[in-house]
Amino acid sequence: MKGAKIIKKEPFITDNKGGGLLKFKRSQLCIPYGLFLSVFVIFPLLLIIYYAFTSKTGTFSLSNFTAFFTEPTNISTLIISIFVSFIVTVICLLISYPVAYILSRLKNSNLAFVLLLLFILPTWLNFVLRAMAMKELLSFIGIPLGSTASIIGLVYDFMPFMIMPLYSTLIKMDKSFEEAASDLGASKVKVFTSVTLPLSKPGIISGVTMVFLPVMSCYVITDTFSGSTGFSLIGKLIAKCFLGENGAPIQINEGAAISLIMLVIMVVTMLLTGGFKNSENARGTNL
Amino acid sequence: MAKQKIIELNGVYKEYDGTLAVENVNLYVRKGEFITFLGPSGCGKTTTLRMIAGFELPTAGQILLNGKDITHLPPHKRPVNTVFQRYALFPHLNVYENIAYGLKLKKLKVTYEDTLGNQIERIENYTKEEIDEKVKKALKMVDLEDFEKRSVTTLSGGQQQRIAIARAIVNEPEILLLDEPLGALDLKMRKDMQLELKEMHKKLGITFIYVTHDQEEALTMSDTVVVMKDGKIQQIGTPQDIYNEPINSFVADFIGESNIFSGTMVGEKKVRFINKVFDCVDDFEKNEKVDVVVRPEDVKIVKEEKGMVGGVISSCIFKGVHYQMTMMVGRSEVVIQSTKGYDVGEKVFIQIAPQDIHIMKKEFVSNVYDGYITKNNTVCFADGEFACDVTQLYEGSSLDEDGYLLLKSGEKIDLSGVDVKVEVGLKDIEIIDNDEDGNACGSIISIVYKGDHYQVIIRTDEDEEDFVCDTEYTWNEQDRVSVRIPKEKIRLTLKQEAKR
Repeated sequence: MKGAKIIKKEPFITDNKGGGLLKFKRSQLCIPYGLFLSVFVIFPLLLIIYYAFTSKTGTFSLSNFTAFFTEPTNISTLIISIFVSFIVTVICLLISYPVAYILSRLKNSNLAFVLLLLFILPTWLNFVLRAMAMKELLSFIGIPLGSTASIIGLVYDFMPFMIMPLYSTLIKMDKSFEEAASDLGASKVKVFTSVTLPLSKPGIISGVTMVFLPVMSCYVITDTFSGSTGFSLIGKLIAKCFLGENGAPIQINEGAAISLIMLVIMVVTMLLTGGFKNSENARGTNL
Repeated sequence: MAKQKIIELNGVYKEYDGTLAVENVNLYVRKGEFITFLGPSGCGKTTTLRMIAGFELPTAGQILLNGKDITHLPPHKRPVNTVFQRYALFPHLNVYENIAYGLKLKKLKVTYEDTLGNQIERIENYTKEEIDEKVKKALKMVDLEDFEKRSVTTLSGGQQQRIAIARAIVNEPEILLLDEPLGALDLKMRKDMQLELKEMHKKLGITFIYVTHDQEEALTMSDTVVVMKDGKIQQIGTPQDIYNEPINSFVADFIGESNIFSGTMVGEKKVRFINKVFDCVDDFEKNEKVDVVVRPEDVKIVKEEKGMVGGVISSCIFKGVHYQMTMMVGRSEVVIQSTKGYDVGEKVFIQIAPQDIHIMKKEFVSNVYDGYITKNNTVCFADGEFACDVTQLYEGSSLDEDGYLLLKSGEKIDLSGVDVKVEVGLKDIEIIDNDEDGNACGSIISIVYKGDHYQVIIRTDEDEEDFVCDTEYTWNEQDRVSVRIPKEKIRLTLKQEAKR
């Protein structure tokens, strides 16, 4: 309309409620995810349950469970798994908390971002690659393969998952709580123990669940670091059943049973730590 | 009435990343006083409060408590408690634990006498029973007696507010600091809490330092009001003083409604504004430019024969108790409050009693800057380069073709780099909407209406120099604008002799 004179300009409101091809309800948006969920999560889960409660011949039986709980090496692997997960989680927490605390209190936010990036960056690499690199590094320093190396490897690998939720909880925390505490007469240490620490509980819980549970089922890292003397975790047991390593027979039913046991342990831990609660959960954190 | 000074601020400055948030604050607070820091947001009132609490350290200056220097004392060692703007109640503790928090940390020196008559001193905490009693008393004080076991997150805003006050006063501080504590409450609740706080102040007898941007709140509650602007104290006085005798047009404009006019002293206790000479009670030098402040309720509508000046009503709004009307006298607006309303267009006459005409020295008569002459014979000041007439520096001089200044004596001088004092009148600055078009740009930081024009202050971005200009047009605070000054309106004086 070049050259034409504008006489009037006014807002244009369509009365058309978005017709045509793109006409669908909001609830229909979750169909793709629903499909994905049923094919790749619900169906396999049902499959696992089916296999766990059947014998090789396909009849209903609890023999897979009795076999697991009567075999002492399995029980000891389970106990070791829980113990190792606990140790790794505690070490991660002890290292990560100060880091997250210091990062969240840095006045220079650019510096904090760069430092945080340094801690998070490794998670962007393939973790097998990282594990191999760490192995080389350990042998360079002179730490032999074995239990210690495994724990170091696990801590190294899972640390970022602890730092992130802690950092995001601490950075979001209203500074006026700490100020109020010190105003009421609390020394710096007391402010930390009576206000900062309890208020960062959601971050701690979230970090713990993100480290404790995955460590138990992780087997690639322990495989890489344990050598001949180290421990193996329950994840390794499951892998052995399904893959049948070193000439062992493939035992799908036993593997499914152990997986199910793991699942129960996870659900129980989540319930205990309140990980299912939506409120104040700091899980939704990423860089 | 000469009670002892409990807190004293001497030459306190606070700087954040190169900008001054608080500038040379000097004040003292008497024991038991209710003092309010009042000002628009960003005026430094909260920063001042936070320095008294110990959350911020002053960049320079000294804070004395009962004569002792506490400038660098951490917050937990000061006998001062704060009620925070958003309450800051600990969400992981219940009401009782919140209030008891400070008490559990308190150390007491207890002196015992044993059977032999020896006195033994021991450092102890409050016993459970003592804490219990104090918490109950504090809860009673704020009328929330049965709330001990409640979680603080289930309380309403007003209740949280009361708990925050209880948590602070339970420690029996020497000074209670309140940082806009009623800011989040609705109007009705605010009014009730204002009276309750005032009542509490009387009952407890401790010093209250209160921060607010609400002038009505300040006037209602305080014994003393400190009006602040741009980090500087404008005026300290009783609410009556501040309202009746504002020290400058900012205070007058900020505290209540007011008419502010530009006037000129025309004789002994005679001032001319809105084209009319009025008697007044303040005496200034003859011909001095002054600001005249008249409260709307002091403008009386009278019969024609008694009227000092007449005008036409241009608007009339009903405000409950009174009507607020605007009357045009020539090009000036006069705001009037009266219980009787007049129709728009009606001609009325007004009278202003001499004691109701408040005269104050004009804050800005002209803008003065330090500048220098460039090699193009323009002048640089306040983040901008302006065309100017450099020949005014030397009488009878002229410019030659090469840009050198030829003096009357025939001498040739180079002006580039010469430092000059630049003076620009308030009316000579033109404000332009587009930031590119003028010679210097900045944002508007203040606007005060002065009867027939606005006084606008534009602050430049880099050097933070202020341009004060009188304009007839309305602008908004924070507007990005640029300024232009006609060449002939820039007055220059030499600060150093040029090289010959």
